[in-house]
Amino acid sequence: MRTALPKVRVPYLLLFPGFAFLFTFFILPIVNLAQTSTQTPISGGDTGQYEQTFAFGNYIDAFLENREQFARSFVYATLATIFALAIAYPLAYAIAFKSGKFKNILLVLVVAPFFTSFLLRTIAWKQILGEEGFLVPTLRNLHLLGPQTTITSTSVAVVAGMTYNFLPFMTLPLYASLERIDPRTIEASGDLYANGITTFRRVTVPLSMPGVVAGTLLTFIPAAGDYVNAAILGSPNTKMIGNVIESRYFKIVDYPTAAALSFTLMAAILILVTLYIRKAGTEELV
Amino acid sequence: MSTKVKDASIPTIPFKARLSRWFGRNLLRIYMVFGFTYLFIPVAYTFAFSFNDSGKSNLIWKGFTLDNWQNPCGAPQICTALGNSIKIGLLATTFATILGTMIAFAIGRYHFKGRSSSNLLIFLPMATPEIVLGASLLSLFLVFKVNPGFWPTVIAHVMFCISFVVVTVKARIASLDPRLEQAAMDLYANEFETFRRVTLPLVAPGIAGAALLAFSLSFDDFIITNFNSGTMMTFPKFVYVAAARGIPAQANVIGSSMFFLALAIVIAGQIVNRRKAR
Repeated sequence: MRTALPKVRVPYLLLFPGFAFLFTFFILPIVNLAQTSTQTPISGGDTGQYEQTFAFGNYIDAFLENREQFARSFVYATLATIFALAIAYPLAYAIAFKSGKFKNILLVLVVAPFFTSFLLRTIAWKQILGEEGFLVPTLRNLHLLGPQTTITSTSVAVVAGMTYNFLPFMTLPLYASLERIDPRTIEASGDLYANGITTFRRVTVPLSMPGVVAGTLLTFIPAAGDYVNAAILGSPNTKMIGNVIESRYFKIVDYPTAAALSFTLMAAILILVTLYIRKAGTEELV
Repeated sequence: MSTKVKDASIPTIPFKARLSRWFGRNLLRIYMVFGFTYLFIPVAYTFAFSFNDSGKSNLIWKGFTLDNWQNPCGAPQICTALGNSIKIGLLATTFATILGTMIAFAIGRYHFKGRSSSNLLIFLPMATPEIVLGASLLSLFLVFKVNPGFWPTVIAHVMFCISFVVVTVKARIASLDPRLEQAAMDLYANEFETFRRVTLPLVAPGIAGAALLAFSLSFDDFIITNFNSGTMMTFPKFVYVAAARGIPAQANVIGSSMFFLALAIVIAGQIVNRRKAR
């Protein structure tokens, strides 16, 4: 006799393999990272050897030593998110409402640059905006740029690079929520004598809020932890917290500080994200 | 004489007003052209410089050549790196798509205790900066004396791809019309048959999209890979390391080929979908 699987168990059986994997390779490492963050060097040991001493002072030291890079990461990431939103919103709006039968092709084109390695594209920007590109000498000849002023190796270049690289992450969720708007709500607003701007402000924007929230999060989070743009387009004066963590790990082999910094970054982002979602008031994010 | 009469019969709009009206109507279209130009400038640059007769460092235009396209493996290590990236991408995509799709069905189809904490567990890896994911996983591997390399990288990629697969497939499941499955049941299909002949084909485009997304995320990943790959080269790592002394034009050839290949796959998928829809 075959006993049917009790129905209650089905979702748990489906979840089990994936969650076991995430538990082992996501949760456990984070717990381990927390452990590493309070270790101190073994006295007389080699570099890279640490023991657990619950030195919570690591956090304070790490933060105080790198508060400038922390601040810079959050300022750069916020700026890049704002610029990406400003560029992506009209773009997503145009694709959703004004592109007719070309909609799918245009959507593919938004994602298409993704497939050329993002490092190659960032380096391409570096060369286009660099000393040997054609833009800087042209601007200098037109006296729009001083003879000593450069574009690369500045904070402007780093923010611009991040804006560019995370633009598709902003555009896609915006498009998804704009596309879902029922055109009848916009017609109704017009019937009620709202002009184009009022309709946009009072109907379209509020209805696209889930996309704005998802897009800004998908841009801000990777931007705050990024170090590639700062490494390629920036200078030692534009170092972000990601650059510090990376060099602590690989160059200085200072695992506890790197772990403390990683944990602080993660906590700061989670707190900001939680506050932001509360404020924006969207529950169904994922 | 007659032309003058004709002119007078049509109310003439001053050129300036016509121009501003045209701009008003087409502002978004003009904006779109600028937006896409911005998106594609570095892609076009990468493609153009794949034809550069550059020697070792591909910084300044030195003349047109097809050598790089004829000999894409010409730069040392570049094809080993590419091969590793493709292998890792395929393995990570397979595992992440299977695990993620199962989770998506559980969350999308069932109401069970712990559903909202499940959602949270899926959201968390996406809300964690890549550098933290990469660094924490490396620490774990070091504790268990696992040397970074090929398989640790595959594991890392599966881990960060799962959430994106879940989100993509879940969106597709949510958009399904439940009446289609009810109809199948009404026609005496059992649960398994309904799933295999109705639900799965309907969700399939979502799963395919998720797999494509997972592959592109894995193939392009640098930060997490850099932490967990040890001395093994991947294509993004190759580019990053080479950037210090100048990237060989072969990297541009490979980057451009990936771009055209992906474009071809996506467009082919669209055509297949459209045929099916008819």
